[in-house]
Amino acid sequence: MSDYVIHGGVLADGRKADVFISEGRIAEIDIAISNPNAAKAIRVDASNCVVLPGFVDLHTHLREPGREDSETVASGSRAGAKGGFTAVSAMANTFPVADTAGVVEQVYALGQATGIVDVFPIGAVTQGLAGQALAELGAMADSKARVRVFSDDGNCVFDPIVMRRALEYVKKFDGVIAQHAQDPHLTKDAQMNEGIVSSRLGLKGWPSVAEESIIARDVLLADHVQSRVHICHVTTSGGVEIIRWAKARGIQVSAEVTPHHLLLTDELARSYDPIYKVNPPLRTEKDVMALREGLADGTIDIVATDHAPHSAESKECEWQAAAFGMLGLETALSIVASTMINTSMMSWSDLADRMSTAPARIGGYSDHGQSLRIGASAHVAIVNPTKSWKVDRDLVASRSRNTPYHGMELPASVIATFYKGIPTVLESQLVRSTNGI
Amino acid sequence: MRHLLSAADLTYSQAIKILDTAQEMARVSEGPVKKLPTLRGRTIVNLFFEDSTRTRISFEAAAKRLSADVINFSAKGSSTSKGESLKDTAQTLQAMGADAVILRHSASGAAQRLASSHWTTGSVINAGDGTHEHPTQALLDAFTIRQHLRVSTGDLRGLTIAIVGDILHSRVARSNVHLLSLLGAQVILVAPPTLLPLGVETWPVQISYDFDAVLPLVDAVMMLRVQQERMNDFFFPTAREYSHYYGLNADRLGLLKPNAIIMHPGPMNRGLEITAECADSARSVILEQVANGVSVRMAVLYLLLAGAPNEVGDQGL
Amino acid sequence: MSVALSAVDISRALTRIAHEILERNGGPDSIVLMGIPTRGAFLASRLAKSIASIEGREIPVGTLDITLHRDDLRLRPLRALVPTMTPLGGIEGRNVVLVDDVLFSGRTIRAALDALGEIGRPKSVQLAALVDRGHRELPIRADYVGKNLPTSKQQSVKVHLSEIDGVDEVLVESTEG
Repeated sequence: MSDYVIHGGVLADGRKADVFISEGRIAEIDIAISNPNAAKAIRVDASNCVVLPGFVDLHTHLREPGREDSETVASGSRAGAKGGFTAVSAMANTFPVADTAGVVEQVYALGQATGIVDVFPIGAVTQGLAGQALAELGAMADSKARVRVFSDDGNCVFDPIVMRRALEYVKKFDGVIAQHAQDPHLTKDAQMNEGIVSSRLGLKGWPSVAEESIIARDVLLADHVQSRVHICHVTTSGGVEIIRWAKARGIQVSAEVTPHHLLLTDELARSYDPIYKVNPPLRTEKDVMALREGLADGTIDIVATDHAPHSAESKECEWQAAAFGMLGLETALSIVASTMINTSMMSWSDLADRMSTAPARIGGYSDHGQSLRIGASAHVAIVNPTKSWKVDRDLVASRSRNTPYHGMELPASVIATFYKGIPTVLESQLVRSTNGI
Repeated sequence: MRHLLSAADLTYSQAIKILDTAQEMARVSEGPVKKLPTLRGRTIVNLFFEDSTRTRISFEAAAKRLSADVINFSAKGSSTSKGESLKDTAQTLQAMGADAVILRHSASGAAQRLASSHWTTGSVINAGDGTHEHPTQALLDAFTIRQHLRVSTGDLRGLTIAIVGDILHSRVARSNVHLLSLLGAQVILVAPPTLLPLGVETWPVQISYDFDAVLPLVDAVMMLRVQQERMNDFFFPTAREYSHYYGLNADRLGLLKPNAIIMHPGPMNRGLEITAECADSARSVILEQVANGVSVRMAVLYLLLAGAPNEVGDQGL
Repeated sequence: MSVALSAVDISRALTRIAHEILERNGGPDSIVLMGIPTRGAFLASRLAKSIASIEGREIPVGTLDITLHRDDLRLRPLRALVPTMTPLGGIEGRNVVLVDDVLFSGRTIRAALDALGEIGRPKSVQLAALVDRGHRELPIRADYVGKNLPTSKQQSVKVHLSEIDGVDEVLVESTEG
């Protein structure tokens, strides 16, 4: 294993410093590295760059097992690395569903074999995601995958008694239930945000209240049973307000927002291009602004991509027939830089918290999110805030092409990614390594 | 203009041009020889993913009166077969040389998807897409109103028109709201609150829940079809209650102005939104709407297809 | 550019044609004039007035839009339709005199014959043209001609009428190239 010196960059807090990586760990951080082994280390140029802890995604769809045509653990890992991620969390809505120790261990093993990012499987809350009977949460927690985050994402855990029991049950191993907040009755056949645009377009609406009402219920339940609850992909201004209220009361709620909900609105649906079809849907400008403010003031704890690859047939059709979801891993950093850093709503230090420290804390990923401190595993993302790049869907690392940003010029590029001290991305390209695929 | 996808895309002068052209086409249809050579050699495909015999026959008649060749393609697009059917079908038709595709589909936006894709190079005419729009229906409705209340010329300024029924799920309502208000008419939507879309206050219309109060004010009342199944989704409690408040019956007939006309895009649920008495009354122009549909569709086909391809003529749309 | 017919020439020609129409058809009884828009329609009106002043009675006049029957629609930008006005009493069994400003390839008249066919079945169809400039592409000839104007294909003939152009004249222009 080689040693590396990342030189000429700036840390998240603004300090100029070089970083010396040795034996897979951060060995020294200083304006001039004094460690004698550094002389033989490979130098990585980080001039004009910010050197950040590797990003941690708490919400990723890797599609394996079952839908390997759209993504695999390996291709998703590569996409993550390109986006500066060193850890991703594989959602459970695979085929078969990850509701047993067996399936989560399989996903975990695939991640280990690929060796490009840490893949943390998320376990289903209920068997088959059907919302009726709890899955074997304990078995999944004890398995090699050491699952701590559980989610039926794709579906809402709608029955309040099931949600209550789940919240209580995971206290045993300090797990957290991540809720996909969507009242299924209010959103039957829903296609896009319910509003002026949906009425005009003749597409069935997904009203904000269907998300807000579940968030409100679940923060109260979490308070009642004194457990942690995490709200996936918050998209509504009302949802942000409810979470802010809950936190003020000391309720243990955490929340995430996707990059696309920080930027895109339901006006894009006017083209009827299903590249913009996603669940939960794109909403209004008012919601976008409230989400940005919530992320800036910490009401929303983290950015999570909800990376959702889909094959071409699922998107090259009329809106109603199309699948819900957008790619997210490779563009996340740029979108957050564009909407939060370049608008001066957040600093790089805040970004490091929202995209690395906080997600690692919520997921219990102890090897990640430790900022860059001596002795920690060398999970690093080097970002050039001044270098913009053009998104080309034909050049993505993901197996699928469904990015809503194709053709757009985005700010801030990930220049390099280090995973356990090994570079997975250099000069913005994936590194072909011996164990890499 | 290469396509006719929505009434909202039309300018005032385009709408008037279509109506005036339809006037000429109607004259042809009244003569002894109902056939013109104008679109001879052109191939027009009726691509219907949703059943609709009457609209399909209307387009077919229009195309044939202009001597075009007509191919009818009836595809039942199920949700399991997804949209491969739209893309694959369109590409197949393209390979067969379709100059125009008349598309009827259950998905809102399907016509726009087809027109903006590269699956076909012909003109796309929207014959009804989901709950979004049905522009030729609105055009024939406007034509019918103009014929009766404006002596076949000009626009609809000064007229008040009520559209009654399931506005929420109606593409006919959406297209008519755009077109009738574009042509200067006052449009009043009448429906129970559950059948009005969110944000309807931003539409260029007035809204009323009270059918009886609106009837004496209007020059035309357009009844929309209401499906019985809506009861299962709790839009209204019973058919009886719906008809009681929003059905057009003999008593309501008496509230209308002397020259007011009754319209319906069809097919009708006789007894639910309209009684047989009203449908068959002297004020009903429902059958004329059907006849006018052919003339209006002839006009649209002529204006989109007759000139040199890709030439922006000053006389076209 | 030269003036082939002045206002006076046009007026005399129309008067002569009016007399010829009456002579050929043995009086005004069965005649119907159908002008081809735009200028043919104005000429038809003038002929009708002329005949009325000669015979002391009105004869039916109509217009015939031939756009939908043209054989060259695909080759040019789209043309708007002009209303066709069927003359009083129709054309069934009457002697229809088509009136146009310039007779050239003959295709307009071919289309006009088709268009007439959808209105009814006349007893006969005759053609009055203010100017015949030759170069027929179809076997069509005029029964009444204001002036025979031999031209080359490179030339263009422009008819101006006061109803629409403010002046009466027929011009011949060479189109270069």
